[in-house]
Amino acid sequence: MLGYDSFLATKAIRQHPILSMLMALAIALGIGTFMTIVTISYSIGKNPLPQKNDFLYRVQLDAGNPDRQSNDPRSRPDQLTYTDATALMRSTAAWRQSAMFGVQGVVRPEREALHPFEVSGRAVYSDFFEMFDAPFEYGGTWSSSSDEDNERVVVLSSSTNERLFGDQNSVGEHISLNDELFRIVGVLDEWDLVPRIYDLSFSPPEETFLPFSTAVEMEFRRVGSTNCWQPSPPGREGFLASECVWIQFWAELEDSSKRDTYLSFLDSYAMEQKQFGRFQRPLNNAIHTIDEWIAYEREDDGGLTIFAIIALLFFIVCLINTIGLLLAKFLSRTRELAIHRALGASRRALFWRFLVEAGCIGLAGGLLGLAFTWLGLLGIRVLLRGQDGALHLTQLDPLLTVATLMLGIVASVLTALYPAWRGSRDTPGVLLKGL
Amino acid sequence: MLEMRKVSKRYRTSTVETRALAELNLSVEEGEFVAIVGPSGSGKTTFLNVAGLLESFDGGSYELDGENVSQLNDKQRSRLRNQKIGFVFQNFNLIPDLNVFDNVDIPLRYQRLPSGKRSELVKSALDTVGLKGRMRHLPGQLSGGQQQRVAIARALVGRPRLLLADEPTGNLDSNTASGVFDLLLELHSTGSTILMVTHEESMASHATRSVQIRDGILQVDE
Repeated sequence: MLGYDSFLATKAIRQHPILSMLMALAIALGIGTFMTIVTISYSIGKNPLPQKNDFLYRVQLDAGNPDRQSNDPRSRPDQLTYTDATALMRSTAAWRQSAMFGVQGVVRPEREALHPFEVSGRAVYSDFFEMFDAPFEYGGTWSSSSDEDNERVVVLSSSTNERLFGDQNSVGEHISLNDELFRIVGVLDEWDLVPRIYDLSFSPPEETFLPFSTAVEMEFRRVGSTNCWQPSPPGREGFLASECVWIQFWAELEDSSKRDTYLSFLDSYAMEQKQFGRFQRPLNNAIHTIDEWIAYEREDDGGLTIFAIIALLFFIVCLINTIGLLLAKFLSRTRELAIHRALGASRRALFWRFLVEAGCIGLAGGLLGLAFTWLGLLGIRVLLRGQDGALHLTQLDPLLTVATLMLGIVASVLTALYPAWRGSRDTPGVLLKGL
Repeated sequence: MLEMRKVSKRYRTSTVETRALAELNLSVEEGEFVAIVGPSGSGKTTFLNVAGLLESFDGGSYELDGENVSQLNDKQRSRLRNQKIGFVFQNFNLIPDLNVFDNVDIPLRYQRLPSGKRSELVKSALDTVGLKGRMRHLPGQLSGGQQQRVAIARALVGRPRLLLADEPTGNLDSNTASGVFDLLLELHSTGSTILMVTHEESMASHATRSVQIRDGILQVDE
């Protein structure tokens, strides 16, 4: 009967084109508004490395201010001190691990035609690339001995390699970075890591990657936040020995069963540090999977939640309007329905027919809603023009495209339940008598 | 074929209760042509609606082709209505957006017959009423008489055991009415059982017998 129901639904929609269009429009407006917000929220919370979720962990050590103790687990710092980051790097508790921080450097190209230019960089350990599935076009990461020996080695992004060497394989070549020659050991392929989960930024991955120890030794300009709960002693060595947190730390475990063991290791480390007068607060260390870390960092993003609630309420208002329109539409066809009842249609058959008709309108509403969502995202993209991640945040994901269409159909069918039930209740004899 | 015993029907509003049928007894044999006559508001149409399972009744018993209809749920009543009863209404009750073929096809759709079989039955029914050449016309493109012929074809197409006609010529001029009535007589002559509500004494006189209803009470059974 689905074919016949669809045939009659099409006829009914054509019979009242303006009313049908109004319903599709009401659904589309609601869907468009709601899905625009949902898309942004989804993009913000999307894990670009789901395959790594059970293995990669963001590390938090609570070496915070002992005078400001709090039971709030969120009071612990997001980043680590240099002392703790390097201590953890010396351990073998994790399968792979990398302390890291953002840097800014200046490249002086050998080609005279090119002027010196600033590059973004990240100081990391050699495990970093495998931990975050960084794809190499040429070469690979540096060795662990390069980490220990502060070697001047560098991995370039695809775009930096293109800028400096065209399409050539530059592995083995040298570049001048902050006035020192760095040997290129690898060139990354296009790396679409958005958001950049290691620091939850929506910027693309950096243009250069160099050993952590090298960047510290050369005193590269740091990019990112630094938080100190007590004044840092003077000088570089004083800063490195301070309680200032400025380093992100990620550990990769062989599997999720090692999670508790690793956390115990962190607690043991903190207990050990207490003997030296550090870590004076109660134990409050934590590790987070990628999903957990995204959720943790976005938890206080209340503005988007309020927008989502407003959009949802607007969608509900649109659906309530649709219920009224559907009721009017269905009840205006009592004569036709009575004829079908007289000729053998059961109440249930008519009920399903109404739902099929509502589903057809919902599909139209979903398609139109998809267009409105696209327009909404386009508008937000214009508003965010020039900001990192604007394109990523406003891209309609294939999954969300399907979800939008399904939402249109499901919402319209749900709103049609009462009008369909009401429309299929009338007694045909009473209706036909007056005709 | 049709056996009603003490069937009663009342309409109720919050303030008024109206008796439409009062302990009505009627028996119709297969192949009969029974005319139901009576003044306006006497309960003729209510009787026909109850007989056609379009309305429920309050008391009594009703058996159609051996089935006690008071025991049936909506789905079973709908199936029975679809398979055993054909309706012809005074005002034709064709669906204006569907062409002649699709109008006649409706009862067969609910029988879930395959497309080929339905097409064959629809064409045969339209041939019977002389409108095979108008299959793609919309009802609005036909005369009143032609529309009623389409309605008769729709009533016949499922090969029902009982044909219920409510003033089938009431909206037609005398010439056209005569043609439509002749068609009903022809159907009766081929074995159809017909119950027809009419005001027309002349038409009632052609029936096998006439039944008069007044104030919901069966007055005469000739």
